[in-house]
Amino acid sequence: MIVANGKPLEEIIGVVKGHRKILVAGCNECVTVCEVGGTKEVGILASALRLHFLNQGVEAQVGETTLQRQCDREYVVGARVTVEPYEIVVSVACGVGCQFMAEEYNKVPVVPGVDTSFMGGALERGVWSERCQGCGTCLLAKTAGICPVSRCAKRVLNGPCGGSTKGKCEISKDVDCAWQLIVDRLSSLGRMEDYEVLTPIKDWSTDRAGGPRMRIKEEVAS
Amino acid sequence: MRLNYPVHVRIIRVPCTGKVDILHILRAFEKGADGVYLVGCMEGSCFYEQGNFKARKRVEYAQRLLEQVGTGGERVQMFNLTSGEAPKFAQFAREMTERIKTLGPNPAKLAGAASKGPAAGQAAERGAA
Ligand code: SF4
Ligand code: SF4
Repeated sequence: MIVANGKPLEEIIGVVKGHRKILVAGCNECVTVCEVGGTKEVGILASALRLHFLNQGVEAQVGETTLQRQCDREYVVGARVTVEPYEIVVSVACGVGCQFMAEEYNKVPVVPGVDTSFMGGALERGVWSERCQGCGTCLLAKTAGICPVSRCAKRVLNGPCGGSTKGKCEISKDVDCAWQLIVDRLSSLGRMEDYEVLTPIKDWSTDRAGGPRMRIKEEVAS
Repeated sequence: MRLNYPVHVRIIRVPCTGKVDILHILRAFEKGADGVYLVGCMEGSCFYEQGNFKARKRVEYAQRLLEQVGTGGERVQMFNLTSGEAPKFAQFAREMTERIKTLGPNPAKLAGAASKGPAAGQAAERGAA
């Protein structure tokens, strides 16, 4: 899923403070699962904003809505009657959702209520960890299912580097060395001979280096 | 045991403090409450194991949010006791009442907006789209 972090409340208040009709818009997908932008968090942020305005003696309307997906035009367009009466929308979806909302509603400013961080998964409730950077040419088959692009601080493709110590990366004793994980897993799979095969220079044009990316599935695109 | 405690306290019974959501606390302030406190079982003796720990975390979260919006985090507090400690229950009520008296009313009421009731639009839009 896409993992995001809630923006500091002061920052959000600073952006919306001049407005009197504010809509907090959540999304039912990734940000709901990572507990930052679902119906619940929309309720908390909206309540906090209402309290802020009440404490200032300012009459403001803070509405709440949660779209099925903000990264899908179908749902974004469908929210028109909800969105248009407001002066500003605080989107607590990921940066994709926030932009899709902004692209659709050109008369209403749409601002982010979260800082979108990474693609990852939940290790346990409340703890998320990065696993993929969408490099566009997946290497996992060669690296025992552990991604050196997202999990190695240096994106080393033939690791480890000289900084690997007791299984930890040199950037922090709390960060596993991706290459230690790869070697451990190759060895438990009985595939250590794969470790001897050098990975050639990666074609980064499929990553962000190649500019904004687009995918078209011919079979379904009209 | 017929103990006296301040009349300003309104009790809402819940099956476990773990049932109390951050939104319950925030909405109480939106509706003009001057303070909110939770009285749960002693830590480590929750019938549901984690209930009062979860409640404490939510209270701490509410404190942080309320501090940032100008309501003041000290208006929310978590207390713990055992079911046999009625005098403590009364004592917590007195403590909290004293604290609120020192802090004064909910700033929203002072600002004059709370008298108009909870902000409009809050319920009407929920769940739309
Ligand atoms: S190799 Fe690329 S596509 Fe595969 S998991 Fe890593 S970043 Fe993602
Ligand atoms: S210590 Fe391991 S994870 Fe860290 S930069 Fe070196 S190879 Fe990558």
